[in-house]
Amino acid sequence: MAAIIEVIDLVKHFPGVKAVDGLSFAIPAGSCFGLLGPNGAGKTTTIELLEGILTPDSGQILFHGAPRGSDYRSRIGIQFQHTALQDFLTVRDTLRLFASLYPAPLPQAQLIELCALGEFIDRDSRKLSGGQRQRLLLALALLGDPELLFLDEPTTGLDPQARHHFWQRIKAIKAQGKTVVLTTHYMDEAQQLCDQIAIVDHGHLLSLDTPVALLAQHFDGVLVRLAAHPALASLGYPLRPLGEQVELSCPDVAALLPALLALGVPLTGMQVRSPNLEDLFLHLTGHSLRSGA
Amino acid sequence: MTGSLKRIGALFYARNLEFVRDRAALVWNLAFPLLLVLGFTLIFSGPPKPLVQMGVVGELPAVYAPLRAVPLLKIIPYDEEEKGRLKVRHHQLDLLLSPGTGRYWINPDAPQGAMAEYLLRQAVLVQLVRETLSGRAIRYGDWLLPGVIGMNLMFSGLFGVGFVIVRYRKNGVLKRLRATPLSAAEFLCAQLLSRILITLVVSLLVFLVAYFLLGVPLLGSGWLLLLIALLGGASMASLGLLVAARIQNEELASGLLNVISMPMMFLSGVWFSLEGAPAWLQQLAAWLPLSQIIAAARAVMLEGAGWAEVAAPLGWVLLFTLCCITLGSALFKWSHR
Repeated sequence: MAAIIEVIDLVKHFPGVKAVDGLSFAIPAGSCFGLLGPNGAGKTTTIELLEGILTPDSGQILFHGAPRGSDYRSRIGIQFQHTALQDFLTVRDTLRLFASLYPAPLPQAQLIELCALGEFIDRDSRKLSGGQRQRLLLALALLGDPELLFLDEPTTGLDPQARHHFWQRIKAIKAQGKTVVLTTHYMDEAQQLCDQIAIVDHGHLLSLDTPVALLAQHFDGVLVRLAAHPALASLGYPLRPLGEQVELSCPDVAALLPALLALGVPLTGMQVRSPNLEDLFLHLTGHSLRSGA
Repeated sequence: MTGSLKRIGALFYARNLEFVRDRAALVWNLAFPLLLVLGFTLIFSGPPKPLVQMGVVGELPAVYAPLRAVPLLKIIPYDEEEKGRLKVRHHQLDLLLSPGTGRYWINPDAPQGAMAEYLLRQAVLVQLVRETLSGRAIRYGDWLLPGVIGMNLMFSGLFGVGFVIVRYRKNGVLKRLRATPLSAAEFLCAQLLSRILITLVVSLLVFLVAYFLLGVPLLGSGWLLLLIALLGGASMASLGLLVAARIQNEELASGLLNVISMPMMFLSGVWFSLEGAPAWLQQLAAWLPLSQIIAAARAVMLEGAGWAEVAAPLGWVLLFTLCCITLGSALFKWSHR
């Protein structure tokens, strides 16, 4: 698949911070690309550089293989993390205003249906709930019928039900062949939506692949959690202490169980699970996603 | 080009909606100037002072000396005959005497005029030509109205553009708009046009209410007065645009706008004339666009000044406006970084 966006050696410094420090990657057209990282990792700076909101200090961003032209803004849609809308305008007024700014906007009825805006279409946009507001912001991002959609932490602060609805909408948008670039610090969100995941920290790219391949590369088998016991170290598996418990990573549970029994380790409360992106992140960065600096 | 007009039009419309739906600000914008003018009209419309005021053009020859001995008569020297005649028209002077030409003027509509004429005839035996001038009394409210409308133009233009753009920049509205095909020039154009329309409509409504309810005079052309209001709104909105070109912080913007607007309000003769102020201060004040606007509006309303008389000050205000727009759009940034 041809790349819709190609990033080559991107650098952006703010006073005292290297927010983005030499990033390179390509985003295939029609895919969903996830930028993952803890708070302050440089996700928002990266996505704003791609959007054209920020200008890089050095490096290149190519759109369909060429530098971004003057029509770039009419071909992309953006949902920002924090956005206020004009005061005293209803949802319908806001849609009408933004529709006039694009050369070929989607019909209002279609947007209202796609983002489920019908129930609050005549409400002042300041009086919306978190989920309703998020739907309106998504509608504004989709309004110009973009081929490339940017979502910066789109579900932060939403309740679980609203997040699931949001994912359904994004999947429907992907099905139309649009490319989606999103930042998130929710692993389940990345696993649900993304074809490719870039894990960034301190402005560097730590890893880039499909969620499945990333897990396969860095983990072998399953994670087993059980009560800490001095004899466990003799097994030779990587161990991670978790307070009174310990987590060990092993390729085969069938071989582990007899060994544990032979050592006389109590199996009460033992849990076996597949590694997820959360574990991968911990593995790569040494700190967990949400507690990250 | 049509796309550009469509975008400006949409943003212009949205900004107008914001203004009209902000009831508190709307009522404030309309009611405040009217209440001020009404209040001052009532306060200052008491009976005129019993003293008779007589203007004298040039030196007072010895033969008129007895005038100085008349009790209750105050003699005020004038350099220019025309200035004195204007005061007689407006009932601000009871009689104007020109010893050099042997003429004097009174306004038959002013009750004090006959008294002044009687005193003059009693005290002086010189043969004099009597001339009459017509005109109605100018109350403080009449004089104040252009000042108050000008002040409203200033606050509405400076804060409605300057403060709002900074707020938009801080809360992310500018960032959201920037992510669309809208250009900075289109955005600024819509903000300016919307505020100019709003200030024009508000000024017109305030003037019409004052004209029909308080009987404020309009001696010159209404269209000229409308043009003055238009230019006044445009100049203040453009100055607001310049102030807001880069500032990110609302407190700084509001402080800066106050630092600009407060001295401008006092130096532009909104509340009182600067006639008694030091010459350097008057000269400084004369450069302020708001003082030009208010002086032009007063000249048109109260003295019947025509296009030719206000062309120079209006030209200066236009130049000021264009400079602010050029500089403001050159400096403008969507975000602070």
